[in-house]
Amino acid sequence: MLSRSSARTAQGYQLTFFFFLLTAPCASSFSPTSPPECFALLRYRRNRYFQAHQFGGKYTVTLIPGDGIGAEVAESVKTIFKADSVPIDWEQVDASGVDSGAPGSAEAMFRESIASLKRNKLGLKGILHTPISRSGHQSFNVALRQELDIYASVCLIKNIPGYETRHKGVDLVIIRENTEGEYSGLEHQSVPGVVESLKIITRLKSERIAKFAFAFALANNRKKVTCIHKANIMKLADGLFRRTVQSVAADYPTIEVNDMIVDNASMQAVSKPQQFDVMVMPNLYGGILSNIGAALVGGPGIVPGCNMGRDVAVFEPGCRHVGLDIKGKDQANPTALLLSGTMLLRHLGLDDHANRISRAVYGVIADGKYRTRDMGGDATTHEFTRAILDKMDTL
Amino acid sequence: MLSLRAAAAPARRQCFAAVPRATATLSFQNRRFYSDKVAKFHGTKNADGRYTVSIMEGDGIGPEISQAVKDIFEAAKTPIAWEPVDVTPIFKNGKTAIPDATIESIERNKVALKGPLATPIGKGHVSLNLTLRRTFNLFANLRPCRSVAGFKTPYDNVDTVLIRENTEGEYSGIEHVVVDGVVQSIKLITREASERVLRFAFQHAQEIGRKKVRVVHKATIMKMSDGLFLRVARDVAKDFPDIEFDAELLDNTCLKMVTDPVPYNDKVLVMPNLYGDILSDMCAGLIGGLGLTPSGNIGDECSIFEAVHGSAPDIAGKGLANPTALLLSSMMMLRHMGLTEYADRIERATFDTLAEGKALTGDLGGKAKTSDYANAIISKL
Repeated sequence: MLSRSSARTAQGYQLTFFFFLLTAPCASSFSPTSPPECFALLRYRRNRYFQAHQFGGKYTVTLIPGDGIGAEVAESVKTIFKADSVPIDWEQVDASGVDSGAPGSAEAMFRESIASLKRNKLGLKGILHTPISRSGHQSFNVALRQELDIYASVCLIKNIPGYETRHKGVDLVIIRENTEGEYSGLEHQSVPGVVESLKIITRLKSERIAKFAFAFALANNRKKVTCIHKANIMKLADGLFRRTVQSVAADYPTIEVNDMIVDNASMQAVSKPQQFDVMVMPNLYGGILSNIGAALVGGPGIVPGCNMGRDVAVFEPGCRHVGLDIKGKDQANPTALLLSGTMLLRHLGLDDHANRISRAVYGVIADGKYRTRDMGGDATTHEFTRAILDKMDTL
Repeated sequence: MLSLRAAAAPARRQCFAAVPRATATLSFQNRRFYSDKVAKFHGTKNADGRYTVSIMEGDGIGPEISQAVKDIFEAAKTPIAWEPVDVTPIFKNGKTAIPDATIESIERNKVALKGPLATPIGKGHVSLNLTLRRTFNLFANLRPCRSVAGFKTPYDNVDTVLIRENTEGEYSGIEHVVVDGVVQSIKLITREASERVLRFAFQHAQEIGRKKVRVVHKATIMKMSDGLFLRVARDVAKDFPDIEFDAELLDNTCLKMVTDPVPYNDKVLVMPNLYGDILSDMCAGLIGGLGLTPSGNIGDECSIFEAVHGSAPDIAGKGLANPTALLLSSMMMLRHMGLTEYADRIERATFDTLAEGKALTGDLGGKAKTSDYANAIISKL
């Protein structure tokens, strides 16, 4: 009885959140050899469940630059989008995880960013800093995802043409559950010196992320979904996740499915990353593998990503690093945020703008003349941005 | 006396796993649990002037690679006598257990070498590795990874040392279904176990001559559990003023290690269970897989050194297996026992043979048999 009723709830969920996925498939000309700008995302379609606001032909999008390098790379994105006359009005919220000293101000800005995202349904976001010290506040990044129920994080890992790294032919997608698992934030100290931290796995959310992963694979013409888990040790929690993914897989007979234990997956990722296609996993493993993946293709500065929710989509760099160490030095690489921005444009159906901008970004990187420090060059953020603007003129 | 301890020890641990609170009430916030050296080797020589070592040859390719190790040890005249023991699991009171004779042997010898074990698939089977870890309370897993000159991977000059907490954390085994479809899994971090592994990490850094110890954590998200691990690390670091201590977020470690592992060559990394599990295998991936990486499980009383790769039933008995992982693990064992000069000699011969590339086994792209490879090493000794 219990299981039946919970299955029904899951079904109900499916109807609401899944609607836009079902209308989404844009079986575009994606093939492993096509240039990376052809990433088809699950597209935004106008329906009552998922609607961005458009006034006077312009979309309003929340922009949260974030801490660290956020302000610099967001500036770059704004400049480039403006130069291309992208019909977007930015609603900028300068939320920050760095303690500014004024009590409550950080919290107030965070509230404002949530309100803004709820209103606009769409956001472009940098990364907010999370201090270790127990000042009582949770990570704003995590809180934002939980509050808005942005459950699926997508991180696109692909070699950029012309930029050589140790590994060739990497083309994988990491889809990560974003709202539960190890990041539940439930912890307590039983007695001094003994701490318990809860990892929560639910069938509902596992099913939701599994469906997202398979729908993504289908929409982007991908062949295989790999479930990453540690069910040999966490038999109940990861066991539930693995079983759920397998049962969802039955609905997608055209897509190959396999599973791999997370430690083996990490080992395979650094030795033979070409074997992976779409990977779906609980929260913490996603954090680990997206960092390993980003390192394979050239670092967090070039990996785009997005976070999909039921109502809200937030686009942010796929490999989440704040970059406090190079803040304000004009060294940051805006590629990750720019490409995340072009994903946002595709999501809105503004493909012309998206293609022009992403082609310019890839063109500048392939030319090799202007590269930021993380890519082995010595161009500043401003010089790199300038080069992209110049490139766009020629396209 | 010995059998008494063998019987009492698992019971005590079971109790610890089931009621962590009960044992912990004895611990105070700043009590030091370990004033002496952690995991010191207490073994003694037998009448022939040799140390006896229990050997679990394991399944599949286990017997072949164990033979290769024995041959090489014989040729190098290491003062080791082998005592073969059987680890075929038995069920005791409905739980997976290892035979008493084996437990006695390892408790007596204080040290054991273990080949790959195949965990039988089926419900209710706890993996034998986990059973061994629990039976002997092997709290630290030591996983060094060094690039092998004869085997090319995208990464050169890797030389990492990673220590993983082995008894609690995410692998506490405490899980339950709250209601159907909702599971809670508990990550348990205690000051006692953290201090033990951290102290071992600092001591190990001193032993192998590394000046830096780095804790890998995720205390931004798990503020209390990883936060506790980090706080204990800061406390322990005060006792080792000659060692530089710092901490790094798990995400950064993954990113930097895969980008360029060389900056980690002067550090010892120490971390809770799950992170250690993932990162140690990832490091193995950097240098070419589990066939080339040794592993040691360190406990207060006993230590078990093992090959962590699979038992490869497909090539078992054909003389094609690569014994390098087990051989390197036995080098770690020799060093743990204070037989450093033997370890250095065999290790040099091994790396020279690999670098030469004439007698490599199939997994490294060569054609040599297990015995050819062993003989090549012996001729270098």
